[in-house]
Amino acid sequence: MESFIWYIPLLPLLGAIINGVFGKLLKEKAGIVANLTILGSFYFTVKAFLYVKDGITFNGNLFTWISAGNLQVPFGVLVDQLSIIIMLVVTGVGFLIHLYSIGYMHGDPGVARYFAYLNLFVFSMLLLVMGNNLVLLYLGWEGVGLCSYLLIGFWYEKHSAARAGMKAFITNRVGDFGFALGIFLIFSTLGTIQYAEIFQQVDKLAAAGVLTAATLLLFVGATGKSAQFPLYIWLPDAMEGPTPVSALIHAATMVTAGVYMVARFNLLYAMSEVAQAVVVTIGTFTAVFAATMALVNNDIKRVLAYSTISQLGYMFIGVGVGAFAAGIFHLMTHAFFKALLFLGAGSVMHALANNTDIRKMGGLYPKIKITAITFIVAWLAISGIPPFAGFFSKDEILAKAFAYSPVVWVFGALGAVLTAFYMSRLVFLTFFGKFRGGEELEHHIHESPPVMTIPLSILAILSAIGGFVGVPELLGGSNHFEHFLEPVFERAQEHLHFAHVSHGLEYTLMATSVLLALAGIGFAYLMYIKGTISPAKMTERFKGIYTVLYHKYYVDEFVEAAIIRPLLAFSRWLWHVVDDGIIDGIVNLVGKVTILFGLIFRRIQTGYVQNYAAFIVLGVILILAYYIFG
Amino acid sequence: MEMATLLNYTTFFPLVGALVILMIPRKEELLIKSWAFLVTLVTFLLSLPLFYHFDGTQAGFQFETVKKWIPQIGAGYHVGLDGISILLFVLTTFIMPFAILSSWSAIQKNVKEYMFAMLFLETGMLGVFISLDLVLFYVFWEAMLIPMYILIGVWGGPRRIYAAVKFVLYTMVGSVLMLAAIIFLYVYHQATTGVFTFDYVELSKLAIPFGIQFWLFLAFALAFAIKVPIFPFHTWLPDAHVEAPTAGSVILAGILLKMGTYGFLRFNLPLFPKAAAYFAPLFFWLAVIGILYGAWLSIVQRDVKKLVAYSSVSHLGFVMLGIFALTSQSLQGGIIQMINHGLSSGALFLAVGMIYERRHTREISEFGGVAKAMPVFATFFLIVVLSSLGLPGTNGFIGEFLILIGSFKVVPTFTVFATAGIIFGAVYLLWMYKRVMFGPLTKEENKKLADLNAREVAIMLPIVVFIFWIGIYPSTFLNKTEASVEKLIETVHAAKTEMVEQDNIHPLFTKGEAVKASRLTFNENERVSGGSE
Repeated sequence: MESFIWYIPLLPLLGAIINGVFGKLLKEKAGIVANLTILGSFYFTVKAFLYVKDGITFNGNLFTWISAGNLQVPFGVLVDQLSIIIMLVVTGVGFLIHLYSIGYMHGDPGVARYFAYLNLFVFSMLLLVMGNNLVLLYLGWEGVGLCSYLLIGFWYEKHSAARAGMKAFITNRVGDFGFALGIFLIFSTLGTIQYAEIFQQVDKLAAAGVLTAATLLLFVGATGKSAQFPLYIWLPDAMEGPTPVSALIHAATMVTAGVYMVARFNLLYAMSEVAQAVVVTIGTFTAVFAATMALVNNDIKRVLAYSTISQLGYMFIGVGVGAFAAGIFHLMTHAFFKALLFLGAGSVMHALANNTDIRKMGGLYPKIKITAITFIVAWLAISGIPPFAGFFSKDEILAKAFAYSPVVWVFGALGAVLTAFYMSRLVFLTFFGKFRGGEELEHHIHESPPVMTIPLSILAILSAIGGFVGVPELLGGSNHFEHFLEPVFERAQEHLHFAHVSHGLEYTLMATSVLLALAGIGFAYLMYIKGTISPAKMTERFKGIYTVLYHKYYVDEFVEAAIIRPLLAFSRWLWHVVDDGIIDGIVNLVGKVTILFGLIFRRIQTGYVQNYAAFIVLGVILILAYYIFG
Repeated sequence: MEMATLLNYTTFFPLVGALVILMIPRKEELLIKSWAFLVTLVTFLLSLPLFYHFDGTQAGFQFETVKKWIPQIGAGYHVGLDGISILLFVLTTFIMPFAILSSWSAIQKNVKEYMFAMLFLETGMLGVFISLDLVLFYVFWEAMLIPMYILIGVWGGPRRIYAAVKFVLYTMVGSVLMLAAIIFLYVYHQATTGVFTFDYVELSKLAIPFGIQFWLFLAFALAFAIKVPIFPFHTWLPDAHVEAPTAGSVILAGILLKMGTYGFLRFNLPLFPKAAAYFAPLFFWLAVIGILYGAWLSIVQRDVKKLVAYSSVSHLGFVMLGIFALTSQSLQGGIIQMINHGLSSGALFLAVGMIYERRHTREISEFGGVAKAMPVFATFFLIVVLSSLGLPGTNGFIGEFLILIGSFKVVPTFTVFATAGIIFGAVYLLWMYKRVMFGPLTKEENKKLADLNAREVAIMLPIVVFIFWIGIYPSTFLNKTEASVEKLIETVHAAKTEMVEQDNIHPLFTKGEAVKASRLTFNENERVSGGSE
């Protein structure tokens, strides 16, 4: 594996450099360069997968990145069952999105810059996943953050886009602050930052009493990168970026980095009940909280953004309760159907001259059939309708959540109803009913070119059948997915304690969650297709709740008022009062006093010899007096 | 050529070049500029073999020259490099050609005097880093002040006189106390060994009792603290930066500030290790305050240059934390961070200078959407900004990360607050970048902005290369510093153990009884100076 493994991350880097430096010459051809490099990277990833499938993993270093005292940071990669799955997602789904981008970004003057950033993103994401130590993880972690910043603000001439990019970066920095401290804590306790050595000495970490603190600090980073409460606030705004970016970075790959991180450190999390509880609580809360905001939003991309936050919550429930394989399973299926949803949304926007307001859509199904059908597949997958991919992964998380604590299951199920409802609302308002965008726009509606619809179709197939790799034993499957990942999560198992759940109860839970999903869909059907229940009346009746949800719980306003403004006011006060006023005031005062002394003592220097003689006499008298009387 | 000889040639070559300038007629401006550039470039090339041949596995001084200078008072010409100075030495020779290039069109009047001052300044700065004799050091230290004073005072902005005077007086206050301390050290050496000498290596062999270290440390520390600058001695800096011409700012931020941190490493720690251990907590406080205070003030600045100036206070706070935390990571990180700051804030000032030359303003609100008009500039500027905010993959990360991970072992609480500084670093830099570069291009003046010319690209490109070089393969540089740093750590740790166990003095703020240490020292002081050796 060593002969080709380095090509996997380095090919996208090469693409980024070529497109970055020669972008002006390449123009639209930049897309071809970018696609070829990702395709090559995908090819080698598949090749590596075949090795891993046979149980051959790889852990090796290219060179020493940082070396200072006992800190040794190799530039090294670990390709095992866990990383290979995410690498497949990153390069595979990544390639489809690159392909789609050729069509979507066609004609944009910054297309070369776009592909340079996108390639750079894949490179960083691969480093994040493949790195065999915490510092390389951090390099990838901040690297994807940078690409996210650059791509959200891709259309930088728009204030809102530039602002959203900055917000994403800074919010993530808050998370990275915790993440960095986690690294420091682990290093200062164990003297190493390499995964293998950390897992070996994990008992030392526990004995030092810092295990929980370390895992929680790392998790702070995860809440930033994976948009969990309270650091989720950047993700909805990130929709300012081009839509394929939202699909790749803000749905399929980057935002799942936190889930990957917890799964990578599965042993550490499994050993700390507190850490588990925190991860589960944050995940559960976020899953429901974000879903409620998706209920009333009218922007097709923002609904999907809140949906992503919510689904990431589910993944954290999974890895939090100790169902690591289930969490990663959902990460994968989510990558399929959520990338598909975003790309579908992009295709809709493409048809509607970049309109994202679902109130101005409707009846698009017959006009853009491929987009509509693929979107519908993704909708069924995310809603948890069997046998689509999302059903298996979500169900497995919920089953394990029930074994962990029935309360978590209840909230998880509640979130599932909400998910089914808001996704159905989105589908019904977009593709069914009558078109509400005006005649002129209606005329313009057209299906996207094949370069965009082919990726949609492939993702639709994956969303439909992707779940079959993890059919649980309960349904007669053998859960290949979980068995494949077993070696990675083996050691954690002894620390995990699940309550026993009987088969009968499991069937009941499964049936309940499907019924709940159907209920959500049915309710949306009554509201938005049949019109039995009037949305306007519902809004009127629950006006208070509606307003709060519509304003996203006023969290942005709160952050503005409670953090940003006070920080600016405090900084201004520091500047004007403390720095200019007090500190510099004292400095200048010293200067002025010196000048004052000069003015006073200048008078002594009269230039008259008589005066000087008088001073000498006075001095002699004083000295004599000192010796005589002193 | 003998490396020691080369070291001397490299140091004095700019001075020779400066003297040659005096012979060039003043109206031959292009010739003067070209000559000055050539001299700095050759100086840089001369310094490369020094870097290459420097053996990083040795802790002692290399390429030494020891000659008699003023034997009557025991002052010698003793120069050399070790792992602490080698990088700074090469940084200086590296920065200077860019400083000259950046002045190409910005300096219109008195080009001859300007270039003379620049070259004179270079020898002064290089001299500071190689001096191993305290008189020699002091001479270079002060010699360097004069051209800087003139650079700000003559070629500066509207309030240049105020800024220049403030800069010089402030620095002088510190220097004078340092001079007193140097003389005391000289006398003390004679009193204990019978030999009059200013030689650094000889003086560092002294076992100075804590009571004396206490005061000498403070005297040296004040001089260096002002130079760094450490909060609250920083208020000369924004004024000096805002008024200085671009090259002045680049040199000021890139090299002059490093002399403060270098001074701590060269003198305060090895000569007065007990006092260094004793005062370390004070510097942790000041470092962390500096990091946060500098960052907060940067956020609200309206003038880009002032913003970068305050960010220096923040960045050098990290260096101070790393120095006093005294672990191999934090100290090596500190040295790398000194280089980083030289590169990234030097480059930031260069970038600011480039847009200032075009628009004659540095007010953030005057810009917006510049990325559209100047895409090449936008790329370079962004890379420099990212380096400054410590993005992994750039040099800034290596420095900050090593400092923080090393300090965390020793002072976790301070490190937590210092780490918070990386959040605010992103805030002030990205917010500034957004307001200057992003958004719609509305102002007419900005629409007409020309992108970088070849000369300006030539300035930014090499710096960017080093930003990534240090970020991706820092071993080239870390290898040079390791041994010297380990030795320094050993010295201070040994002294600290002795101080705590034998003298029963505990570092500041740690134990109640230690607060009275300064009074205690006076008694001990008399005791020791009477009957030592």
